[in-house]
Amino acid sequence: MTRHTPPPPALGCRHAPILKERGQHEVFCGLTGIIWLHRKMQDAFFLVVGSRTCAHLLQSAAGVMIFAEPRFGTAILEESDLAGLADAHEELEREVDRLLARRGDIRQLFLVGSCPSEVIKLDLARAAERLSARHAPRVRVLNYSGSGIETTFTEGEDACLAAMVPTLPDSDARQLMVVGALPDVAEDQALDLLAQIGIDKITVLPARHADTEVSVGPNTSFALTQAFLGGTHAALERRGARHIPAPFPFGEEGTTAWLRAVARDFGIDQAHVDAVIDAPRARARKAVAKAAETLSGKSLFFFPDSQMEIPLARFLTRECGMEAVEVGAPYIHKALVGPDLDLLADGPVISEGQDVELQLDRCRAAQPDLTVCGLGLANPLEAEGLCTKWAIELVFTPVHFYEQAGDLASLFARPMRRHNLLKLEAAE
Amino acid sequence: MKLSVWTYEGPPHVGALRVATAMQGLHYVLHAPQGDTYADLLFTMIERRNHRPPVTYTTFQARDLGSDTANLFKTACEAAYERFQPQAMIVGASCTAELIQDDPGGMAETMGMPIPIIPLELPSYQRKENFGADETLFQLVRRLAQPMERTEQVTANLIGPTALGFRHRDDITEVTALLNHMGIAVNVCAPYGATPEDLSRLGAAHFNVLMYPETGEAACRWMERDLGLPFTKTVPIGVGATRDFVNEVAQITGLAAKLDDSRLRLPWYSASVDSTYLTGKRVFIFGDGTHVTTAARIARDEMGFEVVGLGCYNREMARPVRALAKEYGVEALISDDHLDVEAAIAEAAPELILGTQMERHIGKRLGIPCAVISSPVHVQDFPARYSPQMGIEGANVIFDTWVHPLVMGLEEHLLTMFREDFEFHDDAGASHHGGAHVARDAGGLSAPRPGQAGTPPEDISEQEKTGEVIWLDAAERELKKIPFFVRGKAKRNTEAFASERGLEEISIDTLYEAKAHYAR
Repeated sequence: MTRHTPPPPALGCRHAPILKERGQHEVFCGLTGIIWLHRKMQDAFFLVVGSRTCAHLLQSAAGVMIFAEPRFGTAILEESDLAGLADAHEELEREVDRLLARRGDIRQLFLVGSCPSEVIKLDLARAAERLSARHAPRVRVLNYSGSGIETTFTEGEDACLAAMVPTLPDSDARQLMVVGALPDVAEDQALDLLAQIGIDKITVLPARHADTEVSVGPNTSFALTQAFLGGTHAALERRGARHIPAPFPFGEEGTTAWLRAVARDFGIDQAHVDAVIDAPRARARKAVAKAAETLSGKSLFFFPDSQMEIPLARFLTRECGMEAVEVGAPYIHKALVGPDLDLLADGPVISEGQDVELQLDRCRAAQPDLTVCGLGLANPLEAEGLCTKWAIELVFTPVHFYEQAGDLASLFARPMRRHNLLKLEAAE
Repeated sequence: MKLSVWTYEGPPHVGALRVATAMQGLHYVLHAPQGDTYADLLFTMIERRNHRPPVTYTTFQARDLGSDTANLFKTACEAAYERFQPQAMIVGASCTAELIQDDPGGMAETMGMPIPIIPLELPSYQRKENFGADETLFQLVRRLAQPMERTEQVTANLIGPTALGFRHRDDITEVTALLNHMGIAVNVCAPYGATPEDLSRLGAAHFNVLMYPETGEAACRWMERDLGLPFTKTVPIGVGATRDFVNEVAQITGLAAKLDDSRLRLPWYSASVDSTYLTGKRVFIFGDGTHVTTAARIARDEMGFEVVGLGCYNREMARPVRALAKEYGVEALISDDHLDVEAAIAEAAPELILGTQMERHIGKRLGIPCAVISSPVHVQDFPARYSPQMGIEGANVIFDTWVHPLVMGLEEHLLTMFREDFEFHDDAGASHHGGAHVARDAGGLSAPRPGQAGTPPEDISEQEKTGEVIWLDAAERELKKIPFFVRGKAKRNTEAFASERGLEEISIDTLYEAKAHYAR
């Protein structure tokens, strides 16, 4: 079956020069991760300690208000908190008491730091400790920062998961930890495949419920499903766990490489792995091929958004036949995306950070067939005649592993097909 | 510190953004960390604007703090001027930048830019979005508007419409037509569509039309004092208000009051017998002060509804809204906490909510139909079709919009008669909404209901505790025959009645005894 996969490029992008820019960043801050994390962890509540802007961001980034009371909220700092008239810690304790009294279902509470709370140096770690002692054992209180001065978009999830690592119980068991918040459907498929391959002890971080035991130790190997988990990676290594480097499980090739790397780490014979994945691989290829008809030969430009850009560029160039012009990422962790960079053929500009005005100049000059960008840029670029794909959909949609490979490709194909479909001129 | 889940208004710099985005030739340099750029999508996605808002965010990071955030601001200012060549710039800080006290206004003024630079002081921890818009327009007008000769023809400025406003785009067209019919031309409409140069010509008009007090009042008051421009106090939303507005304009200008009402349909539609079923419908009105005030008058005087509750989220309008509530015999709800609003609506158990997108969600949860009358807005509030709220066409639009969510006349009777029909029943909602309408369940006015699209139901705190008294099956079936909008109240009253008497079970008799008891 390997005949379908092109050989790795002679020269990948791992050592390509990186264009580093700073200026206006057209990206979300790390608080945005709460939008999907609060759905993933069903007994967790995320309490942002911040300003009205933070609250407004959360409800605007969600696009629509979530029907029913969401499991997140903002403790909005007011003038009296800043002027030192009120003891911010006491205020926070009061708000948390009220919240937990109202919400008996909450087992984990995350105090999430924001730009204002960081600037005024509110010690949320200490607050979390005190609150944990107060509400134990029913509720565990943790803290992390999702502030824009420290985190970019998906780094909020990274900070959240990294904050959970030190609290995990020790274990010497030989086990696999799958790390990253995935939609349940994709996660279940992955766990099923891994079980069929013969890995019997698997845990997932983050777990869906607080009482699911997730342990870690020197015999734990971990595989990341998301490219933005640099801090969590470091935290797990500090606990003695070992990272399994692999391309990210996007598309047929990425998923296969990811599963094989995990199997290798557990000493499982590749022939056995291949027997398990043969059928889903074929299905994934077939599904991708359909969307690739639209994508093949088309040029592609990534604005930085989620850190998924490099793995996705690898998928779109190698499996869908696209040509990358620029691949921008907010940060590039080579320890994580190195295997994907190896597979991405040398050629595109690899950029890190952003000066949005300069990048827009490059994009306009390149006139790519498809531009992947955030919500603030998509409509303005469409109005200029470019075809765009909103990046945020990539973190909200099941796109990992074999059965979603076709969906992933069609997320990119749909705007292009739409451009071809619309006939808005007079008939003549 | 105050816990908030959803907010009615953004921070004040978002108000400034609404002014900047509505204008042309103006640029806003905002000292802000990364992430604050989310505000761009309010305009590009919700309002579907085809341009980026004219804003440069300085995007400082943790490592810049204490070193060169001030320098970052200066560089951003220079680059913005260089690239966009605006006629004027506004500069200010978002909530985080306010804390690091770089004084963007002071810095920008010393930079020797060849254009007017208007510094904004918007206290992020005290005030909100509407204040930010109002203050920004006021500062712009104060700086740019000059006293000048009046135009020969009678002209007016339209003051207050902004980007991301509720139907502002179409209200401008409608009010312009109202004025034109009286022989009045529009001198400048601001901020919507105006350039800084246009603002300098504001003084040429004979008077101002204050379209939205929330975002235009400070500017109008300043122009009244410093440029001698009177401004209108009536907001022409509704038939009566539109007629009053025309009379007010006539009084200010000395021109004859003329209104072309040949396309006005609300009065006849409201009088026609099909509308009899609207009589006394109990409505709860919540939104910004201006839209609530105008909606209350329409609801009572033009639709024949009964106003059972009203309030606004913007404290700036608390006084007029309180006075109005008194006139309507209800207590005003002045709150920006949507949980308070939800509780008040559940308590009042209205048949229709006139509210914002927040109340639309509350209505979904409580099973009460809702029509949206005010910001905060959603992408749905920017329809492709012409859909004003003001003037003659605005009144027509409002009639349709408010009636649409309701179950119509005869259908309502049939529902009452055949309450247990398996497909034509109360829980099915209005038939013209198809299956999408949320079903109403038995009495649980504040009970959570299953989420849509497969999401699990959320546990919400206010879930009714019905543990103490047990409803017998027959009584529960009988309860379902009571119209949904009073069912919650009936359920609570019956339970209170039962527990006062130490009853452990509720039978049909208990239900009707309670009904008789509370009827007294």
